[in-house]
Amino acid sequence: MAERYISLEAIARSYPNPAGGGSTTVFQDLWLTLPRGTFTCIIGHSGCGKTTVLNILAGLDRPSAGEVVVDGTAIDGPSLDRAVIFQSHALLPWKTVIGNVAYAVRSKWPRWSNAEVLAHARKFIALVGLSGAEDKKPAHLSGGMKQRVGIARALSLEPKILLMDEPFSALDALTRGTLQDEVRKICQETGQTVLMITHDVDEAIYLADRVVLMTNGPGAVIAEIVENTLPMQRDRHDIHRHPAYYPVRNHIIDFLVTRSKNFDVERTALEAAGMPWNARQPRLVRPGIPEPTLAPSVPTLAQRTATQ
Amino acid sequence: MIASERVRALALSGLILAGFLALWHVGVQPDAPTGPALDPEYAKLVGAAAATGSQTPMPGPLDVGAKLWQHIADPFYVRGTNDMGLGIQLGYSIARVLAGYLLAAAVAIPLGFAIGMSPLLYRSLDPFIQILKPISPLAWMPLALYTIKDSSTSSIFVIFICSIWPMLINTAFGVASVRREWLNVALTLEVKPLRRALTIILPAAAPTILTGMRISIGIAWLVIVAAEMLVGGTGIGYFVWNQWNNLSITDIITAILLIGLVGMLLDQALARLAAAVTYPE
Repeated sequence: MAERYISLEAIARSYPNPAGGGSTTVFQDLWLTLPRGTFTCIIGHSGCGKTTVLNILAGLDRPSAGEVVVDGTAIDGPSLDRAVIFQSHALLPWKTVIGNVAYAVRSKWPRWSNAEVLAHARKFIALVGLSGAEDKKPAHLSGGMKQRVGIARALSLEPKILLMDEPFSALDALTRGTLQDEVRKICQETGQTVLMITHDVDEAIYLADRVVLMTNGPGAVIAEIVENTLPMQRDRHDIHRHPAYYPVRNHIIDFLVTRSKNFDVERTALEAAGMPWNARQPRLVRPGIPEPTLAPSVPTLAQRTATQ
Repeated sequence: MIASERVRALALSGLILAGFLALWHVGVQPDAPTGPALDPEYAKLVGAAAATGSQTPMPGPLDVGAKLWQHIADPFYVRGTNDMGLGIQLGYSIARVLAGYLLAAAVAIPLGFAIGMSPLLYRSLDPFIQILKPISPLAWMPLALYTIKDSSTSSIFVIFICSIWPMLINTAFGVASVRREWLNVALTLEVKPLRRALTIILPAAAPTILTGMRISIGIAWLVIVAAEMLVGGTGIGYFVWNQWNNLSITDIITAILLIGLVGMLLDQALARLAAAVTYPE
């Protein structure tokens, strides 16, 4: 955590009310650091502003306050250093598969010759397993293949960070599984830094090193960061047999079902217990690993149901 | 199944045509001559129809067919300023339509692009477009003749003014409604404005722009006939009016058929072009 490769520093986003008078704050004073080579997922309910966080990091939206720092420089708008994989794949339908990837490559390296551009594009099309489909138009591809092209296009930029906005949510379960496997493999091999937005708890547990839990908006905050205690070598078929799997999963689901709504109450309880919640350094939780230094200031699920 | 339906449609079309021609043929048969026999000398002098005191007879399909064949066999003759082949007249009209239309495209597409990209420009130009659009193009004709002083250039101006609006409005609409996600792709790839306009916005808006161009060519072809009737001289519209003055109904019907045919060909050409730039999603 010492290295601040990418950091969001006190960012806020508010929209003026359409009826006039005042504004709605989606989130404010949000701090998050992403160390190099880590895979981070943001999870939270719809409307908590997680897509806004990603868009600000991509440069497609601007924070009302605060800064985003990438590799020591504050960002100002979009950049080829930060590649985005869009939920709706966003391929250009009039270009072929290789045309779509080559368009990105040519944008990043405008001085390259045609042959260099195409060779680079082919390499990444092969990486996502689409060799042979280079000359097809997106309309002739399945949903999964389209998203593979989107992934190839983003990876071909060799970005500092890969930003994914629910990239697999529009796919069927089988395709989603295969693509998750491939993304995980590629990211591990290349040491890619990734930030992903998701609704899917199992997807987050399988892919992420850290899961950022956001409370409900408006006025959303990062409640805590869950460190994934599962080993780096994971197999999606028996990940659920690992002893750390259910503690992590239960912790996240417990948060989404109950705690994300009433985090204010919890915050007051934490302050009363002398461990105030700190926006700059949300608590790091390691479910399944006992933490002797921390008193159980937050009531566990069992305790809460017992009191009800 | 599909092939057989096409054959059946073709057969039905043929049947409808045959039925129409037969009705036409029967409908224009002259009544049996009544009254006293004509002095052949007198009949020759004033024309057979006038001699009996009746109207010029409506030609039948056979007369029109013969005339059509005559025109097709010799389309480019010139026997004086008022008697030129149909090919030449159609050529004049097509040349005027293309000149006015291409000029309009050269103005409307770049301007529509600018309007589509800039909400400020859209709002400021919208009142002018809304007022100018519904004006009948022929209403401009006197003003054009007064300022330009050349009848042929004036018809080109009228074509220009009538074909500019559909292209302008469709281009602006197409450009303004390019999908947000494609523009976001351009943003994240740091694509420069000119390259973005040419490689993202233009291909994305091309089908809508082509739809506007197709509407425009149709309107231009409708208007040229009327414009040439007004200004005279040359062109298929003038030919129709001149044959009305000659009371040559056969020539008028022949010209009407050819106007339809050329209009269809122009529309088909634009439809081909539109199909070439349309992308499936």
